[in-house]
Amino acid sequence: MPQEHIEEYLEAIYDIAGKKGTAKTTEIADRLKNAPASVTEVFQRLKMKGFVRYEPHKGVSLTTKGYKAALKMKRKHRLLEVFLDKMLHLPQEYIHEQACKMEHTLTDETETALCKTLKGPAQCPHGSPIPPCNLDVKNCQECLAEQTTSLEKREKDIIAITSLKHGEKAKIAFVRGGGGVMQRLCDLGLTNGTEISLLRAAPLHGPVEICVRGCKLVIGRGIAEKIFVQKT
Amino acid sequence: MDVDLVIALAGNANVGKSSIFNQLTGLGQIIGNWPGKTVEKAEGMLLHHGKHIKVIDLPGIYSLSTYSQEEIVSRDFIALEHPDVVVNVVDATALERNLFFTLQLLEMNTPLVIGLNLVDVAKKKGITINEKKLQKILHTPVVPTIATKGIGVHEIVDKALEQTSRPPPEKNHAIHYGPEIETRIEKLERALTGVSIGYPLRWTAIKLLEQDSEIVSKVSEKHPDAIVAAKILASEISQIHKEPCATVIASERYAVAVRIVKEAQTIKESEKPSLTERFDAFSMHGIYGYALMFVIMLSILMFMSLFGGWLSETIQDLFESIKPGMSGFWGELLWNGGVVGFYATLSIALGFILPFYLILGFLEDSGYLPKIAYLMDRPCHTIGLHGKACMPLLLALGCNVPACVGCRIMETKRDRFIAIFLSTLVPCSARTVVILGLVGVYLGFQWALLLYVFDFALIFLIGRALNRFLPGMSVGIIMEMPPYRLPSGTVVIKQAWNRFKPFLLAALPLIVLGSIIIETMRLTGVLALVSDALSPVTVTWLGLPAFTGFLFIFGILRKEAALVLLMSAAGTTDIRSVMSPVQMIVFALVIMIYVPCIATIAALIRETGWKRAGFITFVEIGLAIFIGGFTFRILTVIM
Repeated sequence: MPQEHIEEYLEAIYDIAGKKGTAKTTEIADRLKNAPASVTEVFQRLKMKGFVRYEPHKGVSLTTKGYKAALKMKRKHRLLEVFLDKMLHLPQEYIHEQACKMEHTLTDETETALCKTLKGPAQCPHGSPIPPCNLDVKNCQECLAEQTTSLEKREKDIIAITSLKHGEKAKIAFVRGGGGVMQRLCDLGLTNGTEISLLRAAPLHGPVEICVRGCKLVIGRGIAEKIFVQKT
Repeated sequence: MDVDLVIALAGNANVGKSSIFNQLTGLGQIIGNWPGKTVEKAEGMLLHHGKHIKVIDLPGIYSLSTYSQEEIVSRDFIALEHPDVVVNVVDATALERNLFFTLQLLEMNTPLVIGLNLVDVAKKKGITINEKKLQKILHTPVVPTIATKGIGVHEIVDKALEQTSRPPPEKNHAIHYGPEIETRIEKLERALTGVSIGYPLRWTAIKLLEQDSEIVSKVSEKHPDAIVAAKILASEISQIHKEPCATVIASERYAVAVRIVKEAQTIKESEKPSLTERFDAFSMHGIYGYALMFVIMLSILMFMSLFGGWLSETIQDLFESIKPGMSGFWGELLWNGGVVGFYATLSIALGFILPFYLILGFLEDSGYLPKIAYLMDRPCHTIGLHGKACMPLLLALGCNVPACVGCRIMETKRDRFIAIFLSTLVPCSARTVVILGLVGVYLGFQWALLLYVFDFALIFLIGRALNRFLPGMSVGIIMEMPPYRLPSGTVVIKQAWNRFKPFLLAALPLIVLGSIIIETMRLTGVLALVSDALSPVTVTWLGLPAFTGFLFIFGILRKEAALVLLMSAAGTTDIRSVMSPVQMIVFALVIMIYVPCIATIAALIRETGWKRAGFITFVEIGLAIFIGGFTFRILTVIM
């Protein structure tokens, strides 16, 4: 099975099933315009490769390996969308499909170079968040200042604060963006390595409340999505 | 008066600076349990052991790398005006975060006294702080205080006096960075010798490494070479740590704060969630939270409508029952102008305005306002703001003037302008008087409620429009969430009185005078002339009685006056006999929207400048006339 095929499937499962849930065979078939029978067959193969958990009639869900691979594709896809929109000024309705085709041939080095040229964007033109890279950096300034692409890869898995469950604890690992907001977060005690816990999140992409150094802070969704943590 | 000593109160937001200020000076700075209520510095005098001491209350500040406008006020005062002593008020329940700012003050070599406030609340949470140890580590006097009860506040002043008689410390050793940073600070200090911009050398060097824009621009005038050197040194540090230099320094400061806290503080963890935490969970819940907010707002409005209506009627009946038989020009002038004006004002003051200020004070002191900011953050984004804007907007329900000033907590110019514009559209207590006292009393609560709903819809639409046409977007909320607190009765009453007093002193005489003028004009026939001149708008377009024209003009002075003067101009307190229900609604609607009152316009000019203030004023006049006319036409058809 070609790599491109696998990646398209993983992305489709990611979109439909989300992080924890499962996707039904029919949903995936509808999405990729394939027959349910051939979809089931692909699921079996993905399962063998360790990308998904699949049981007939129960649906399919991503393993950690599959989830990471899907995120990587999402990152490439959305970065390409930003590139096609901001740099090439192509029409909105065109960029999604074009990015779909380009994402599979994009190497990791090109991905990093693209991210730097675009100055580390946080969202695609449609407003979806771009997953962070897996380079060993603490924030975007450092990467942007670096002349080469020789940064080492990050060992640990990091997620945005907004992806934590209520009451879950984690350590600050990476803050995207820069300038005044980053300095302010730092001044309020959100320095690298600080333990925080997510207290609650308001519905419909509202703000989150976190506990840091014994204080409670409310942080808007847009900012919170740029603060990445490592679960403890 | 000679001032012997100037002391400034500084510290994080919502730690009790204003409470200490009120205790020391006996003044009535507005206090409340939410971050951002003090946005301007306040001054007061204190006579302490024969010395005249000037006390300055500064807005809350988290770091000398400032973020919003009110923080710049604090930083500039501490850095440039050199108060004799800075009293750093510290929240004992959040020592680590508070010490971050204390360490920055120590770096500046400011003569310092630490007021360790809220020790009672900390104790309840199981936190004990050994203030002697803290004092020793920081080489700075530490005074435990409970500001709300006045405990420890005068000891602060004693210590401050002691500090001034002592020579300032040569070097403070409270904070030492890693060797890789210290060597670079020294290098930069050497490069800076001979340059004086009014700050201590070491502090200037650190700020240059942090690339603080203000300090950079100040130094670059006199010593551009030092800027280049600082840039190189800063990039060296950031290469070692793989982080920008400013965050490296912030992390190190926090590391020091953590060490100090570890030494001076002990915590007994309690297992079960406290009552306030459970109430937090309920009042910030995705469904119950919104339901609770809705119920609270609606019941405030209902209570005000019922209570205000009942009380103002009782007062009117009381005065009407003792009305002596007066007639003739002078008799009517005295009664209709003077006495009716007086009791009508009294009834709205006691019926609507005072109760509202009591409720507002209660909400503020309880700590509920920041919860609304949290709940409303998402909806606020659709009008180009973030949740913090809700706090000045809620304040605007009392009076638009402090709300306009309070919008300084918004971080960007754009956010501030939108918030200020919208807060002038919020029905303040004076407009509430007209809505509830006219429409609520004569047509029923549901019609008054409809007007409120309409107003909030209008605020939403204008917010959307401003968001669309102003470039840029909101930065997003970053706000501290204070815990709930049981409001203190005396504080709430005092607060309400402080807000109510200006109304009694300024509005009451003005309205009585206004109603005497109107009565004179009515009796002499001048009122008819003025009203005729305005009748194309008032009568032809808005469908109102001719005598309302003058009220709109007088309403610019005080909006609540419009209701009182309506009675004078109509020559009766029973409005029903001179106005139809449709006319009452249109009248209240126009009063609600058209041009902010004179005090608000003055605040607008001060906060946004002539141009923007003029823009807001004219847009609102236009909107009021436009909407009023259409409402009149639509309501005449359906009612």
